[in-house]
This record gives sequence, structure tokens and C-alpha cells, in this order.
Amino acid sequence: MKDDTLELPSYLDHTPEVQERIETLQARPVVMSVEALGRDFDANGVRTTALSRVSFEVRKREFISVIGPSGCGKSTLIRILAGLDYPTSGSVRLDGRAVQGPGADRGMVFQAYTLFPWLTVKKNVMFGLKMKGIANGKAEQMATEWLGVVGLSDAADKYPGQLSGGMKQRVAIARALANEPRILLMDEPFGALDAQTRCSMQAHLLRIWEAVDVTVLFITHDLEEAVYLSDRIVVLGANPGRIVEIIDVPVARPRSPAQFLSGHFLATKQRLEELIHGPDVFRRGRAA
Amino acid sequence: MADRLPEGEVDASTFDPMEEPVRPRLLAVRQPLSSRATFLVGVLAFAVPLLLWCALSYVPFLWHPLVLVEDAGDTTQPGTYAYLAEGQLVEREVFAARNQELAQAHKKLARGERSNPVYFQPPHAVARALYTAFTTPPEGVGDGWFHQSLLQSCKVIFWGFFWSAVFGIPIGIACGTFAFYSRLFEPFIDFIRYMPAPVFGALAVSIFGLAEEPKVAIIFIGTFFQMVLVVANTTRTLDLSLLHAAQTLGAKNRQLVWHVVIPGILPALYRDVRILVGWAWTYLVVAELIGEKTGLSAFIYQQQRYRHFDNVYAAIVIIGLVGLGVDQVLGFLGRYFFPWESGNLKLLHFARGVRRVLPGSVRPARVLP
Repeated sequence: MKDDTLELPSYLDHTPEVQERIETLQARPVVMSVEALGRDFDANGVRTTALSRVSFEVRKREFISVIGPSGCGKSTLIRILAGLDYPTSGSVRLDGRAVQGPGADRGMVFQAYTLFPWLTVKKNVMFGLKMKGIANGKAEQMATEWLGVVGLSDAADKYPGQLSGGMKQRVAIARALANEPRILLMDEPFGALDAQTRCSMQAHLLRIWEAVDVTVLFITHDLEEAVYLSDRIVVLGANPGRIVEIIDVPVARPRSPAQFLSGHFLATKQRLEELIHGPDVFRRGRAA
Repeated sequence: MADRLPEGEVDASTFDPMEEPVRPRLLAVRQPLSSRATFLVGVLAFAVPLLLWCALSYVPFLWHPLVLVEDAGDTTQPGTYAYLAEGQLVEREVFAARNQELAQAHKKLARGERSNPVYFQPPHAVARALYTAFTTPPEGVGDGWFHQSLLQSCKVIFWGFFWSAVFGIPIGIACGTFAFYSRLFEPFIDFIRYMPAPVFGALAVSIFGLAEEPKVAIIFIGTFFQMVLVVANTTRTLDLSLLHAAQTLGAKNRQLVWHVVIPGILPALYRDVRILVGWAWTYLVVAELIGEKTGLSAFIYQQQRYRHFDNVYAAIVIIGLVGLGVDQVLGFLGRYFFPWESGNLKLLHFARGVRRVLPGSVRPARVLP
């Protein structure tokens, strides 16, 4: 059967520009290392393995995504990295020190809007700073700066209830960044947003990441989102949750929505789809 | 691949079909009433019982099971019912039987008019008593004025509820926050709360004597155990993800409690307190009748002995009014306390204004141009 499918380059085929970016990244120090991480759950005597021997490293200023089918343990993984859950084997190291429990050095943005409804936007951003014991005036000044970074200076005195979903997530990002964490963990942060807002939030996040010295680990189930945002993508498989491949995204930076239709972008997305839905997905799709 | 909408295309989910005007029905499942119906039905809720009361009081052929004797007739005529006297309230059968006796003897008949029992007072008498209860000096030695009784009751409620809140709210929050405290307190409290508070009456009197302390203790026992469980449950309704978010922002145990748990449950806690104050009122009468009778219950008891039933009703109505009043005031204030829920920023602006005026304000100094 003749069809009009594009000739795509291999996703492993890197342009010199991309190759250079990858090499620069590899030269950077490791911020977080995940070593043979395993997590078992016991429910009514039935043992299920959510994660098995997951190992990868996150380097400074890297944008890394974790993607996988539902039930592959993405959320369990990020909760362990944040310290909200614990591994049954292996360990997580941040700057070489083993992670024990949650802490301000790993900021997190959740899918559910977790702003404190009783605090104004500015006070929400000040929360982490106050927990550290930073004085009111100084904390207020820093919060104002961070609200400027996410473009919400005008909403400083509003309550979260008065904001749209996209604005809430921007405040959540500002709140996490204000703590100057070593790594920003994002658990499907745009999953609850509508398509348009989601698109503008992705662009917004990229701008913030380019402007601010921060390492991001981003969980998503949206393949395009992963390719659009990341330097590398960790692909998890299910039952048990394990790494099936780590892909260096061959799309040049800075990114723009125009690249959604570039050969390298499509090739990466195709590879992700193969990994997540199995290699037969395209053949079956065509036969139908 | 084409999962993006071409420009200019309308997303179906945002399309809003024109709303058809729906005629509001009085009985529609889980639908709000129209504002007019809300008002009218609310008026009816009070008007119907009041009208019924008026009808039974003022329409002589409705109920009125007794006769108020105005003229006993010929009292010299002997008979089974010869005890009839002027001003006496007798049953209609007795009155009729006496008149039959008198008629048979061709003597002067007794006269009287149909009347309700003394314990059934007409609205105007109760309305008048609402005022006169305050102005009538106490009759017996050691009896108090009405306002003194009222104040005494309010004091008992206040202190009982105060101590119950002082202990109950922190313990409830601790139980709702830490599984350890929940396990430590809740099973035992669950066990005690099934013991009705009045059974502790005799014990409270032995321990605290006859004055106000045992009464405060009964109110405390009546509300404290419920309060712990209610507050613990309210605390558990706090969204766990807020606690997780706070932890990733560096908050530790004590900070989590003070900066997340408590502010997070505050509006719900306030609603709980409003309901629990109602509970405290229900224990008032029980508390006041143990040991030495005091407060409104003593007033009611004493007025009943003097057969001043108008005052009895007045006192009961006033208990209801004070309870309702406290609840309404708390509800009204509640609309200002939690601006993030109500959107009402008045109190917040007021507090900010006060803070600016107060000496020793820690606000950063403004740089003058």
C-alpha cells in the first residue's frame, strides 16, 4: 500500500548542534542520581512491584522528562524523589547525599493545584522562605521578584481562588523556585489544563527554565510535551515499572512550536510511541 | 498527528447552548427555590405554627376543654359537683353535670366560658411576659430576677464551652494530624461519649459542690468528647496534597501544624464550633437542674410552681432566641473572617489599616522620592 508518510530521520541521528548540547550537558556535574531504585507495594498480601532497578542521573541545568504508560510508576518515582514516599531498594542521591524525607532542596509542582487557599498569591510564594526563617521584608521582596519572573506581579494580592488554572500553576512554579531548589520536580503539572493554556504554559516554562538556573525533572504522559520541553526523556515501561530507554532529544534549542513538525521532532515522537504502545502500533493503525 | 485544532475552529466543549427559561417548581429534586418562594416559605415556617396557636387560643369552639366559672349558680344546692366556685377552671363534663344537678332542683344555673388550661397560654400573654418577665421582681426568697437567671445560664454555657474548646480543639487537631494521638485518644473518647452527660451529674456535685462548677462540668462533659471527634474528623478532611506541597517547601512537623493544618481547617472548624455551641445549649437544662437549681431552668421551674405559665413560655422562647442569636452572630462574623472563602475583604483591609496605625509597626520603611 502506497502512503504519503514522511521520510523521517533516525531519532538517534544528531545534528552537530545537538551533539554539542549533549556533550556540554554530560560535562556538567550530576545533581541527582537515582541508583537501582525499587518500590514494592503490599496490598492484602499481594506484592506488586511498582518500580524495579530504575537508575539514571540528572545533570545541572538539565531538563529531563519521565514518560510512560499509565501504571508504570511515574508518580511513585517522583514521590520518592521528593521524599514523600520511600524506596524498598536502591537510593536517591542529591549532590551525593542520600535523600531522606521531603526537603526544601527539591521543589515540587503538583498536578492538583496545591496553593494554600488562605494565603494571597504573594504569601504563597513567601511560604517556603518563611519556613526557612527569612525575615518578612526580605521574603516579600524575593516573592515579588519571583512573581515578576512568572509574569504575575499584578495578582500578588489575590487569593488562589480568584485565579485561573494556568495562573495557579505559574504561582506554584514561582513558589517552588523561590526556595532556589537544587532540582524542580514537576508531576504532570499541566495535565489538568485545557489545550490552549497547556500550550502557552509549556512555552512559559521553557522561558523560565532558560532564564533561571534550575534543573527540571518533568513527569508527563503527553509525548509531544516531553519532546518539546526536554533534553532527555526517560521512558518507563509497566509491570514492573522499569526504564526501557533514555532518549537524547535530537531537537535543537531554543525550542519553538514550529519544531513540532520538524523531522527530528516527529522521529522522536514516533520512537516514543513505539516504546510506549509497542512496535506494532503503526502497522495496526495503517491496516485499519 | 493532527490533534491541534485549525485556527478559527470552535471547541465544542466551550459551546454554550442557549438556556431555555425553566419554570421553577416548588418540589424539584435538589433544585433551589426562586427567591420569592424562598422568602414566602420561610415566612410560612413561622406563620403557620403561630396561626395555629392563635386559633387554638382565640377561637372559643376550637379545643378549649375547660370552663372558667364566672358564677357558680346556687351554691347552697348540695350535689356531687357542689364544689364549683367562682374563678375555678373545671372540665366541661363537670360543669355540665353541675348545671344538670341545678336544673333538676330548679335552682340558679352556673355560668362560665370555655377556656384553655393554664399551661396553654395565648400568644398575647406570652408576648407580654417576654417584657414583664424582666420587670417582675422575684417572688420567693432566694429567687432571682429574670435577667440574673439569664446571665447565670449564659455564664454556665460560656465557661462549659470555653473549657471544652480549650482542651477539645487542640486534642482534636492532634488526633486528626497524627495517627499516634488518634490511636491514643479516640478509642477511649468513643467509649465515653456513649455515656450520657447527665449520668455524671451526681458525681459532678460530689466533686465540685453545689455551686456553678458542677454545671460547667456537665456542659464540658456534654460537648468535649463530641468536640474532639468532630474536630479530628474535620482536620482529616484537609487536602493531603497541601501538606505534601508544604513539606516540599521545607516545612517540618510543627510548621506543618501551625502554617498548614490550622489555617487550612479554620473555616470548617468555625462551622463546627457553631454547631457545637448548639450542643452546649441542649445540655444547659440538665446541668442547671443538678445540685442547686440555677439560671433559666430554675426560673422556669419556679414560675411553673407559681403557675405563671406565660413566664415559662417567655423563658423558653428566650432560650431559643439567645441560641439563635448567638448562631446568627457567629454566622455573620464568619462571613468576614475567611476572605479566601467568602471573597469579603473588609475585615482584611481593616486589619491592615490597624496594623499600619499601630506603634512599632514592622513594615519596611517607604523610600521617599
